[in-house]
Amino acid sequence: MADGIVLKKVELKLGTREFRFDCAVPAGAVTAITGPSGSGKSTFLNLVAGFETPDRGHILIAGEDVTGKHPSERPVSLVFQDNNLFAHLDLATNIGLGINPSLKLSGNDRAAISQALERVDLSGFEKRMPGTLSGGERQRAAFARALVRKKPVLLMDEPFAALDPGLRLSMAGLLIDLHRETGNTVLIVTHDPNEVGRLADHAIFIDRGQILLQAPAEEFLARRDIPALAEFLSG
Amino acid sequence: MLTRAERRRGIGWGLLSLIGIGLFVGIAIVALLSFDAGNTQSRLFTAYTGRILRFTLLQAVLSTLLSVVFALPVALALARRPRFPGRVWVIRLMALPMGLPVLIGALGLIGIWGRQGVMNSLLLKLGLEQPVSIYGLSGILLAHVFFNLPLAARLLLAALERLPAEYWLLSSSLGMKPFSVFRFIEWPAARRVIPGIAGLIFMLCATSFTLVLVLGGGPAATTLEVAIYQSLRFDFDPPRAIALSLLQIGITALILIAISLFPAPDDSGITAGRATRRFDGRTWPARLWDTCAILLATAFLVLPLASIAAAGVHANLWNLATSPAFLRAAWTSFVIALSAGLLAVLTSLAIIAGRGAVADMKRAGGTARTFSISLGGMSSLVLLVPPVVLGTGWFLMLRPFGDVARFAPALVAIINMLMALPFVMRVLAPALETHRKRTARLSASLGLSDFSRAWRIDLPVLAKPLLTALSFAMALSLGDLGAVALFGSSELTTLPWLVYSRLSSYRTDDADGLALILGIICLALTMIGTAGRREAGHG
Repeated sequence: MADGIVLKKVELKLGTREFRFDCAVPAGAVTAITGPSGSGKSTFLNLVAGFETPDRGHILIAGEDVTGKHPSERPVSLVFQDNNLFAHLDLATNIGLGINPSLKLSGNDRAAISQALERVDLSGFEKRMPGTLSGGERQRAAFARALVRKKPVLLMDEPFAALDPGLRLSMAGLLIDLHRETGNTVLIVTHDPNEVGRLADHAIFIDRGQILLQAPAEEFLARRDIPALAEFLSG
Repeated sequence: MLTRAERRRGIGWGLLSLIGIGLFVGIAIVALLSFDAGNTQSRLFTAYTGRILRFTLLQAVLSTLLSVVFALPVALALARRPRFPGRVWVIRLMALPMGLPVLIGALGLIGIWGRQGVMNSLLLKLGLEQPVSIYGLSGILLAHVFFNLPLAARLLLAALERLPAEYWLLSSSLGMKPFSVFRFIEWPAARRVIPGIAGLIFMLCATSFTLVLVLGGGPAATTLEVAIYQSLRFDFDPPRAIALSLLQIGITALILIAISLFPAPDDSGITAGRATRRFDGRTWPARLWDTCAILLATAFLVLPLASIAAAGVHANLWNLATSPAFLRAAWTSFVIALSAGLLAVLTSLAIIAGRGAVADMKRAGGTARTFSISLGGMSSLVLLVPPVVLGTGWFLMLRPFGDVARFAPALVAIINMLMALPFVMRVLAPALETHRKRTARLSASLGLSDFSRAWRIDLPVLAKPLLTALSFAMALSLGDLGAVALFGSSELTTLPWLVYSRLSSYRTDDADGLALILGIICLALTMIGTAGRREAGHG
């Protein structure tokens, strides 16, 4: 399997905390990033997204070295836990900004926005403001923006953590469907072992700024020989 | 939660403050209305009042516009540069003009922009002929921008910093260019708070007294407040003063109503360069633009302050500070400021007690609720009826009873107290409410007596906000020229009045030296105030 994202001997120091990541994430698969809070999950994601620049080492996305590149020059889409949409702009504008950041949109672009909204079950929501939507609907709109961007990598930072458990299930289903259609590489930060089983093909376990384990999901969930991981999996 | 006795006492205190303030303001207004009423009506709309009214509004509109327009790029630059060297100090500097007595600021501005000022000699060297005049409309605008640009910039910056951190991550990941970031993120955030900020600044400029008194020249550049003062003090034309006062109340009432339609701006949430991270504006033109905006604003604020310091040091400070005139004025100012401060704190406590008692009732009837609302309104009544108008009313009221100068210190202290009341309430009301919420149940269940509760539970926690409020109120009173202007004389001389009279008699060296001393006292008091307030905000 080709490598989607590679962190080559990446080192970073933030204040007193040190991070060392050296791994390859397979392309076209869903990889979960887990670990205790404060372990460095989000830092890992920030390195890939370009919000942090490594002190040493290299980061490659789809074979291209992006180490020194600005976030906007990296082939990634982002979904956060919250505030994915600009609250004062309607959904069509929010999604349109994913196609063109100056909002210069062609007729085809507008059609693409409507199609993406339809795909996430929000057809006809073009003029709705984010404040009038439920939490789940807002996250689906964020997915729609990721769809229109057509980037090979999707980075998600606990995208379902603010939703209630029933909603998480259906959102996970939607995410899997979209992933099958686009075949993109997905990195999802989560602190929920169930989500690893539900979503991920692979999983990475980070503790104190280091990767302790990278394994296929079934193996990952069965491992009991790493104390920190065992504690994490037992909830 | 309150015992019946406590509730009754709360209502009693509230009622007392309500009647007290109501009487003080009411008598002033009745005095205005009843004085020679027939004559006043014909004076209400004359060419003269029309011209004054037009100028008042014109300068307020222009001042507001300029302050907000120039504050916007400064706020945007500061928001985009969370790690700008010395950013914390720039933000602190922007809080300074609020604590600086207006008269002192005016002196500093004259030092820089005046005829012999640094700026004009510089422009003169560049071949321009006296391009900036500190007197008249341009001077008033310059001074209003000096005092209000930092206020607007701070409030705008707070609004920008309240935006979710994800917005900046998203915008950079989506590849938004600076103009897109402005159009889709920064401007919508600014637009929401600009009406409130503009309303506040318009109010401050429309009722501005000291700056217009010092920098305004003649009838061509006079606002309502200054015209009222001149009508009484120089022309002794009470009907004209009354007509102008009524116009002033009408204008402020209209502005207050307009302001209440917009959300009140606040500068909470302003950070000292906390974790906000921005990934935009990394290009050289953007860096240059931001640096210029911040440095120009800083220079604009620092230069007048530096000029006060420099000119003040040139004056013989020691001789000034030990001169009998200074000592007498300082003592008068201190007594008035302390009385005004204590009175303001006590009145606030009474108002809060009254409102607390009503809030504690299980079924508060219409009367009780009206009572509570009018208590709230009382605390900001001075915004509706400005100090000069209050002074005019009392001046006319007391004149038949002999020399007004005898009552003047008390009047000035009470008017200063009313001016400080809105600020004191804003410090004390939230502090007391939090404290009550934390301790009311426990104190009630322990059955603590009033005295031990006040001594052991309330005072240790509330000492800081009380001190904060007192120092705020005292700084305001110490630096105020508006209330004392009508009554100032050789018998009643406060520090600002002394500075002003030295300035009027062209003894500018003395004025500069005195200004430096007064400025330092007021800023020290305000710093005590803001330090306490910041900590209260964390609790």
